[in-house]
Amino acid sequence: MAGSDQPRRDAMGAALAVLNRLAGTVVLDRLGLRKPVERGVYQATKGGFTAAGAAGRAFTSARKLAAPQRPKPSGDPGLFDLTPTEDQAMIRETVAEFAAERLRPAAVEADARCAAPATVLRTIADMGVTLVGVPEALGGVGDERSAVTNVLVAEAMAQGDMGLAVACLAPSAVSTALVLWGDAEQQATYLPSFVGDNVPAAALVVQEPRALFDPFSLRTKAYRTPSGFVLDGVKSMVPRAAEAELFVVAADVDGRGPALFIVESRSSGVSVESDPGMGLRAAGMGKVRLDQVTVPAAALLGGGKAEVYAECVRLARIGWCALAVGTAQAVLDYVIPYVNNREAFGEPVSHRQGVAFKVADIGIELEGMRLLTYRAAARAEQGKPYAREAGLARRLCAEQGMRIGNDGVQLLGGHGFVKEHPVERWYRDLRAVGLAEGIVLV
Amino acid sequence: MINLDVPAKFAQLVDQAHQAAAEFFRPHSRKYDQAEHTYPRELDMLAALLDGLAASGGGAGAGGVRRGGAQAGGNQNGANLRLLLGTIEMCWGDVGLLLSMPRQGLGNAAIASVANDEQLARYQGKWAAMAITEPDTGSDSGAIRTTAVLDGDHYVLNGEKIFVTAGERADCVVVWATLDRSRGKAAIKSFVVDRGTPGFTLVRLEHKLGIRASDTAHFRLEDVRVHKDNLLGSPDIQGFAGVMQTFDNTRPLVAAMAVGVARAALEETHRILTEAGIPIDYDRPALTQPAAAATYLQLEADWEAAYLLSLQAAWMADNRKPNSLQASMAKAKAGRTATDITLRCVELTGSLGYSENSLLEKWSRDSKILDIFEGTQQIQQLIVARRLLGKSSTELK
Repeated sequence: MAGSDQPRRDAMGAALAVLNRLAGTVVLDRLGLRKPVERGVYQATKGGFTAAGAAGRAFTSARKLAAPQRPKPSGDPGLFDLTPTEDQAMIRETVAEFAAERLRPAAVEADARCAAPATVLRTIADMGVTLVGVPEALGGVGDERSAVTNVLVAEAMAQGDMGLAVACLAPSAVSTALVLWGDAEQQATYLPSFVGDNVPAAALVVQEPRALFDPFSLRTKAYRTPSGFVLDGVKSMVPRAAEAELFVVAADVDGRGPALFIVESRSSGVSVESDPGMGLRAAGMGKVRLDQVTVPAAALLGGGKAEVYAECVRLARIGWCALAVGTAQAVLDYVIPYVNNREAFGEPVSHRQGVAFKVADIGIELEGMRLLTYRAAARAEQGKPYAREAGLARRLCAEQGMRIGNDGVQLLGGHGFVKEHPVERWYRDLRAVGLAEGIVLV
Repeated sequence: MINLDVPAKFAQLVDQAHQAAAEFFRPHSRKYDQAEHTYPRELDMLAALLDGLAASGGGAGAGGVRRGGAQAGGNQNGANLRLLLGTIEMCWGDVGLLLSMPRQGLGNAAIASVANDEQLARYQGKWAAMAITEPDTGSDSGAIRTTAVLDGDHYVLNGEKIFVTAGERADCVVVWATLDRSRGKAAIKSFVVDRGTPGFTLVRLEHKLGIRASDTAHFRLEDVRVHKDNLLGSPDIQGFAGVMQTFDNTRPLVAAMAVGVARAALEETHRILTEAGIPIDYDRPALTQPAAAATYLQLEADWEAAYLLSLQAAWMADNRKPNSLQASMAKAKAGRTATDITLRCVELTGSLGYSENSLLEKWSRDSKILDIFEGTQQIQQLIVARRLLGKSSTELK
């Protein structure tokens, strides 16, 4: 196996290695052979940013709440039904329009720059998408649990671009967590910012950089102290890491299991580092280092209950499923006209079963992904058990989502491999679905 | 409002069908698998029971759903969904035995979906099989050679039909024949032929890989005279739609059969794995669990997709939405998933599952037909592809 039996490096090998580094950096740069975009990407990856957490605003509770505000579970409609409500259909249509007109055209540049355009983020805040999950008493519009609406929004947004969708949805993951599990003080302190004019960048942080990561077995630790907790560890796949003002961070409490903590980015000991991946680059992913970060006892979310944390992991996975469904739909919608117009051997390539059956399978598996995702979300918002449904949706969307991303490139052949077409980006984005934890929340 | 759980009003039906499957089918599963071509007498009593249920608005089996009547307002969960759920439960018991249920044949589904009211009344209480396939024509059902020639008040049928499920046991057989071979698919009509009609002879019964409890007949038709009132639907040559319409109703039911047998295999495998010390955890990432658990999760995820796609197709039929695409999607996913699940469950359980002491090996033989009859996997893929790509059958062959 690779790694176990590598050739020993002798003098010539060492010289080659040095030459390779030179060829890779200095020489080519000096001769100006690198295109500016390439250099930019290289910088973002290699140098990037390493800094203290964003300075951020001071979150203070303006007014006291007598009790935390929670959305009610949606009623059990009783009948099997695949028709969204009128409100849901309208919201979905609005978001779909935004995704087609604003996200898709911005995707290529955002992917290269590893950042979402400020105008896009402002527009999404103005549209009030985050308000849907926040009860009226807290300045939002949603008095009922709306996991299905959130799924429809994420799906429609990802149809535009998955990376930008993640950047847009990252703050509402934090606000939704506060709505679902925050106490009166936490809600009064943080939620007003999320329904105001200037929604802060924020991130729900669960992932850690290691193989076979299991969100129920964390290396990031929270030690109880007389005045609160000290957090220590490294988290990864943090969206908009550089600008995020507020984090909800998963950490293991005294070796007794995971819980969620509210951590302000300006806390001492918080540092962020850029960590772009193969895809989702528009989301500005980074790592967050927590070096002996002190937080008050009031930073613990949901009383540290195991069920709260499990729910957070499940709701995030349903969110990733919705993103996968939207992106896979984008793939299908893109490859259909392509294989119909592309000719080979004197006719459209879609007249060949080898091509047509791949398209059929994309359609079939995509529909299955969508139904599993909707079922998990519907059960979640109705207050029914949904661990099984969320787990199965995750498996199917991970497996079939990646397969669809792969087939999307394959159906365009060499043209799918070049950046003239978006399928290569969807291929990179869809790889995240099987591994991402946290980040989004429905 | 989006909700993918089955309504509580069907709980009683599902429970009854499940008990029938557990008490009538499972105990006889192995017996009739081994005694191929023996009539499962026990089913007569169950069928009588089901007739009673159907009369009282219940019903489970492949009996088919009548189209017609005015659409009530709002979201409907009706006969199609009910029949689908019943079929899943019964096939959790035994697919071969369900296919042998008196008066629940695929021919009954065809009659229910395309017959006129007079015909419906005439065939009430009859057991109808379905004869489409011919020795030289399988998936290409538009190319059948059995002919029907009008002679006075009768049609005269000539040809050969194979793979007729329940053909020996049924009271009558719905036979596809062409009025004019030069007119292609549009000239294909279905005729109800009573078993005793002169010239309609049983050639033999097949020996099969699975569903051995169900008889599969080969017929020859030599100058078989059937009254012209036995032609289902319109005698006009005006399109394939008439006979093909049946498939929109029967494909979700075959998908349901696949969903039922696959669930049986999953449940049994879950039990065996748990006994072997392999718990299945829906929260922990599959890759951090034992390979057997990860495999199981993948299989169950595929099963859930097949199940929900089947429900979707039936729900659309209940709500009068055109569902050809969704019916084929359900059939394609369920057919391939059922063979994959049942075969992999045998692999997961090792020689326990491979042995005739377990039903797992039987289920993985039974399931294979579900990816073949009522349109093979490849035919479903063709239908889905043509729909998605907007291609005709001459463009995408």
